[in-house]
Amino acid sequence: MAISSEIIEQLKSICGPENVLTEKEDLIPYSFDGTAEIKQLPGCVLYASIVEVIQEVLKFANEKHCPVVTRGSGTGLSGGSVPVEDCWVLCTVRMDKILEVDADNMTLMTEPGVTTLKISEAAEKVGLFYPPDPGSMKISTIGGNVAENSGGLRGLKYGVTRNYIMGLELVLASGKRCWYGNKCVKDVAGYSMKDVFIGSEGTLGVITKVLLKLIPMPAAKKTMVAGFSKMDQAAEAVTAIIAAKVIPCTLEFLDRMTIQCVEDFTHIGLPLDCDALLLMETDGHAAVVAEEAEVMERICHDHGCTEFRIAGNSEEALKLASARRTAFSALARVSPTTILEDVTVPRTELASMVRFIQEVAERYKLKIGIFGHMGDGNLHPTFLTDERNKEEIHRVHQAFEEIFTETIRIGGTITGEHGIGLAKKDYLVQAMGDVSVEVMRKLRTVLDPNNILNPGKIFD
Amino acid sequence: MQPIPLSITPAASHLKGLDYSVVQQCMHCGLCLPTCPTYDDTKLERNSPRGRISLMRAIADGKLDPGKVFAEEMSFCLGCLACMTSCPAGVNYAELFEHARAEVEESGVMKSPFRKLIRFVTMGWLFQDLRRMQWLGRLIRFYRNSGLLSLVQQSGILKMLPQRLQYLEKLTPVIQPAFSNELIEPVSPAVGEKRYRVAMLTGCAQDIIFSDVNRDTVEVLQEYGCEVITPASQFCCGSLHGHNGEWEQAKDLARKQIDLFPPAAFDAIISNAAGCGSHLKHYSSLLSDDPEYLERAREWDRKLKDIHEWLVEIGPLEIDGEAAAEMTVGYHEACHLCHGQKITSQPRTLLKSVPNLKLVEIPESNWCCGSAGVYNVTQPEMATKLLKRKIGHIRETGADILATGNPGCMLHIQNGLNQAEMPIKVVHPISLLAQAFRERNSSKNDK
Ligand SMILES: Cc1cc2nc3c(=O)[nH]c(=O)nc-3n(C[C@H](O)[C@H](O)[C@H](O)COP(=O)(O)OP(=O)(O)OC[C@H]3O[C@@H](n4cnc5c(N)ncnc54)[C@H](O)[C@@H]3O)c2cc1C
Ligand code: SF4
Ligand code: SF4
Repeated sequence: MAISSEIIEQLKSICGPENVLTEKEDLIPYSFDGTAEIKQLPGCVLYASIVEVIQEVLKFANEKHCPVVTRGSGTGLSGGSVPVEDCWVLCTVRMDKILEVDADNMTLMTEPGVTTLKISEAAEKVGLFYPPDPGSMKISTIGGNVAENSGGLRGLKYGVTRNYIMGLELVLASGKRCWYGNKCVKDVAGYSMKDVFIGSEGTLGVITKVLLKLIPMPAAKKTMVAGFSKMDQAAEAVTAIIAAKVIPCTLEFLDRMTIQCVEDFTHIGLPLDCDALLLMETDGHAAVVAEEAEVMERICHDHGCTEFRIAGNSEEALKLASARRTAFSALARVSPTTILEDVTVPRTELASMVRFIQEVAERYKLKIGIFGHMGDGNLHPTFLTDERNKEEIHRVHQAFEEIFTETIRIGGTITGEHGIGLAKKDYLVQAMGDVSVEVMRKLRTVLDPNNILNPGKIFD
Repeated sequence: MQPIPLSITPAASHLKGLDYSVVQQCMHCGLCLPTCPTYDDTKLERNSPRGRISLMRAIADGKLDPGKVFAEEMSFCLGCLACMTSCPAGVNYAELFEHARAEVEESGVMKSPFRKLIRFVTMGWLFQDLRRMQWLGRLIRFYRNSGLLSLVQQSGILKMLPQRLQYLEKLTPVIQPAFSNELIEPVSPAVGEKRYRVAMLTGCAQDIIFSDVNRDTVEVLQEYGCEVITPASQFCCGSLHGHNGEWEQAKDLARKQIDLFPPAAFDAIISNAAGCGSHLKHYSSLLSDDPEYLERAREWDRKLKDIHEWLVEIGPLEIDGEAAAEMTVGYHEACHLCHGQKITSQPRTLLKSVPNLKLVEIPESNWCCGSAGVYNVTQPEMATKLLKRKIGHIRETGADILATGNPGCMLHIQNGLNQAEMPIKVVHPISLLAQAFRERNSSKNDK
């Protein structure tokens, strides 16, 4: 069933005719996001540049009970911005202005379509720092980051997107607009409503403005790489570093398969003959940085690292971090379909979880690459497969089921940063318990009684 | 860096016949989006690499017919290949794009008698044999020199032409007073000891508009100890045909080139035009179904070198002596050099070898200038936007000279600078090298 022509005409008068796309060639490119295997054509695609248009669109959708899927850059990894049948995809990427950088209060006010990288650069220009840096930061939007509560390579020390949100402007399903938060460091008036919207995956409202907290730029930093011949050694080194009361800003790891793929793309000379590679960064006052780097180096050697390298300058450090950011896409060099997960476990369980994942992959005869934010306990086991091979895909799903179950058993979570979306909603009740999910469902019904905002995502 | 592999076979001359793993390689992560000039401008997924690939895949899957909208999209893509540089997954966009364009041609959606005639005249006749290009060059030279140009410009006739033709008029190149074969001997000996024997491809546009660049290239090669073989009559490399879906013609031209320059006879075969070079390096995939030529085509691909690549490989030589005045030079990376052939450091290394020349980096040096083959003719609006962006960046650096290694970019950027009334000259990096050698030699002679 296609969208009726009256509705299209009305949308054209709300958005402007050039901002309503209906040709098949225009719709196909919006039928997916960064997630493998999930595809659905939308009914139409809308571009909005101002909040008033979004209000009108939602008001109209609410009247007609038409589903609306908000979309940033479509890099999500759980199917959050994948259309539902006959929906209107609402794109925010043309709302791409940074509205204010307030260096004195250390805040930044921005529209939702600005990319994470642009925000980080704008902060840097005034000597400030916006830490969340998802691997997709060159293109992911801040709206998407808030809606997924995205993490990044610096999560260990600096936390995730949520820790930097001071205020949000939202358009609700009714088309009404509201604002939560301010530039105050402290504020306990009412419920902490912005926290409800952070990580809501486009199901509770459309984010139209974000007020971000910035922090002072660390004075110094040091970036290091260590290679290990056994995965366990790397995992144990990570646990030991944190036990030594050192909290580096980055503790990332790559397995053999991932190292090879990243090196094939970047040619930056990563050590290839090792089973695990740690990318580490410490930042802060120069003296502390030097001291922490020393401790980390010693611990790596104690755990049998075969190679240790310190980036000679900031350019080399940037290259290493950028290389790590390409890990997921680089793994796609190996096979046609790359299916990645996002399980997160308490750090003490890291080594055994990695071993478990490897064992499962072997048992199901699957090719796998593992990388992740090791310091956060957040792993990205990535199966390298081919979606046309139905039998193998079945094995991939069985393997994930085992990995999820084990994660939950040892007190972990099925998603550390990518969200539930469509990809993981079957496991939500198992992970959270049915009462907890029921509370969320009730809340959602209050805010969106006609179920028009990203219906079918997170839970039904 | 390896050249990008292309596997073009006649049976796979469209998207459905293409090896499915190539179509499937894109995992739609979106990391290429910020590097794509058309997406950057419109923010529409259809105008992005990921969006275009999804359309190609829909065609390969039989879920979309290659209609007019698809054809327009393929024409809107610059073919700049910035997406390939930024794609960690190793998607071969170049191959997908060539197949998509062939698909458009085969589908016939763009067919019109006028288009057919233009394609026949340009690809079937003009871009075949350099003598025909030279003949056209003489005609344009006559048009410019005879006063006819200013007569036409004053007459106001131009205002009556459709916009695209007016734009084209501005593009009418200044034709060199002499062509390569009038400037270059068929055999040019090495200066000093002969270290290598190389073949020199004079190119089509390069030959009639920038024959001086060809002469400069030969001179620099000689200084680098190369004996240079430059047959007076050469063929087109076939890149125009390949990029526009005329593969039979492209193959035919490849065979003619290999016959004219048997690769076994040379240490290297030199191209100084980025757009040609990036096509010339793939003759073996083009001729993969031709057992008679395949072995030679492989050797050809191995020996085909962009001039910057070759000079740095066998040098680079220090040029002693001092130039007249200190100058600053900005370097614009032609897409088919930096993205198509992954040659980025070599031209800079060479520019730094010129005495008293200071290299300044222009922002976004590898962002397409909008010239992109015939793009500035087929998509003037986007081409002009990109040109303005490029000119703005050049202005920021305050460079005296702009160097770039592709004739299309040279013309396009020079036009932009002229229109902005900026007194900056666009040159090929090799011309700066040649000039430095000349000055050194004449000061040696003075002493
Ligand atoms: C190569 C790669 C690396 C990645 N690395 C990381 C990483 O390190 N850490 C991490 O956490 N994630 C990572 N991701 C996942 C993804 O980039 C993030 O989830 C990102 O925040 C999504 O941003 P987007 O603009 O692409 O949003 P989209 O994918 O377009 O949307 C994501 C969700 O947000 C909703 N949404 C978007 N904009 C709005 C808005 N204005 N208002 C309300 N809802 C909205 C959508 O409906 C959808 O549910 C990575 C993805 C890729 C492809
Ligand atoms: S072309 Fe490459 S970078 Fe672009 S979306 Fe596809 S896989 Fe990602
Ligand atoms: S070739 Fe250039 S214009 Fe075309 S999709 Fe790639 S980056 Fe965009």
